[in-house]
Amino acid sequence: MAPPISGAAEPAGRRELLSAGDVARTIARMAHQVIERTSLDAQDTPSVVLLGIPTRGAPLATRLATRIADFSGQTVATGVLDVTLYRDDLRRKPTRPLGATALPPGGIDDRLVILVDDVLFSGRTIRAALDALRDAGRPRAVQLAVLVDRGHRELPIRADYVGKNVPTSRSEEVHVLLTETDDRDAVVLDRSGGGA
Amino acid sequence: MKHLLATEGMTAATATAVLDTAAGLKQTLLGREVKKLPTLRGRTVITMFYEASTRTRVSFEIAGKWMSADVVNVSASGSSVGKGESLRDTAQTLAAAGADCVIIRHPASGAAQRLAEWLTEAGTSVVNAGDGMHEHPTQALLDAATLRERLGELTGRRIAIVGDVLHSRVARSNVHLLTTLGAEVVLVAPPTLLPAGVERWPVTVSHTLDAELPSLDAVMMLRVQAERMHGGFFPSAREYSIAYGLSEKRMSLLPEHAVVLHPGPMLRGMEIAAAVADSPRAAITQQVSNGVHVRMAVLYHLLAHEEEVA
Repeated sequence: MAPPISGAAEPAGRRELLSAGDVARTIARMAHQVIERTSLDAQDTPSVVLLGIPTRGAPLATRLATRIADFSGQTVATGVLDVTLYRDDLRRKPTRPLGATALPPGGIDDRLVILVDDVLFSGRTIRAALDALRDAGRPRAVQLAVLVDRGHRELPIRADYVGKNVPTSRSEEVHVLLTETDDRDAVVLDRSGGGA
Repeated sequence: MKHLLATEGMTAATATAVLDTAAGLKQTLLGREVKKLPTLRGRTVITMFYEASTRTRVSFEIAGKWMSADVVNVSASGSSVGKGESLRDTAQTLAAAGADCVIIRHPASGAAQRLAEWLTEAGTSVVNAGDGMHEHPTQALLDAATLRERLGELTGRRIAIVGDVLHSRVARSNVHLLTTLGAEVVLVAPPTLLPAGVERWPVTVSHTLDAELPSLDAVMMLRVQAERMHGGFFPSAREYSIAYGLSEKRMSLLPEHAVVLHPGPMLRGMEIAAAVADSPRAAITQQVSNGVHVRMAVLYHLLAHEEEVA
């Protein structure tokens, strides 16, 4: 077999949807959208908190906050919200390890919380996150930002900020890779159909 | 994990997973007004205590309730046990009534193991909350959780277990768990209070407390279990206290960072001086509060996953 061509070479059945550059540009665009939608640079700005959902939502929230600070000059609080204990599928999977939860100082009461996750699929993770938020405090409003929306919702949930819409079939898998947790930045579509 | 019966034979990976879950739960609940998680909603946990207990029973009950399980307490007095029902029949009654998990404390060593065998068919999980002089695994796990908080990872740490090792299920469970986690364990006790076969345990044995204290990272004091003693194991309580009690003066021999543990209930003035028990070195109340998180973690690992094929 010929050696793979450098760059976007992926094993059979895997296709790169977003390159490292695309990921950076997508996050930058989402940062602009957040600034616009929340009027972050206006006078009576709501106090915004970006809450990442582990694993990859957490570094995404941090990156988004950095870009928002770059573009608007406003620092927004970030935090991590683990939703494992609120999932509705615990009894259908092997034991899940817990992720960390770290709410920003001052909590989330009366603030605008933007949940950040890598892939929006069934919507069940976000349902769990909304339940977890209810136990953590009472935000003024909750929005959702995802890097990839791959469709196939099983609940009436929709994202406010979407990096990229990717039509997929249920048997495919979408992997978001970030340097904080993986070897590089990329979004990869896996057609090998290993099941979720 | 289907049952938690002993720390003997538990892998380091399993122990670490439970301890990490406990730490995660503690962090999740930190500073929360409402300490309630929906994780075990609809599961039924029954505690069955054939021996007296304050902290174990209370912390299992709180652990179950904080995770939204329905917790039912059965005690030997006041139940059909008093009418002569056998352990097996009582257990099967509880399983038939819909228990997902039975937590048992029993004066007979091996009771939890037998119960697990009887309840396998019903699919009910069993947690050993202390069986005779055998094991008390959740106590060892909460001790390890406390030591990890105070000292970091336990690899290479030197921990002494002092006192009535012979009658202590806490000591047995801790020896297995702490050595599995990489710690070095020293048993300090008079020869009469060491079990037969101790030379085959993965520990060193000493009879002089003062010689061990300066090299320790932690010292765990055990209660002298008078209720299990028939006959003279030592000349007098006062003599025992002088030789093996942790006095203020003895505590000063410990390194600055060393931690004092006691599984409770303590006999102040016997194995531990009041001033030692109340000093910042002592982690005794921290042990109790970690007990709740560790028992929540145990219930999570037993009940919050798909059915295991036996």
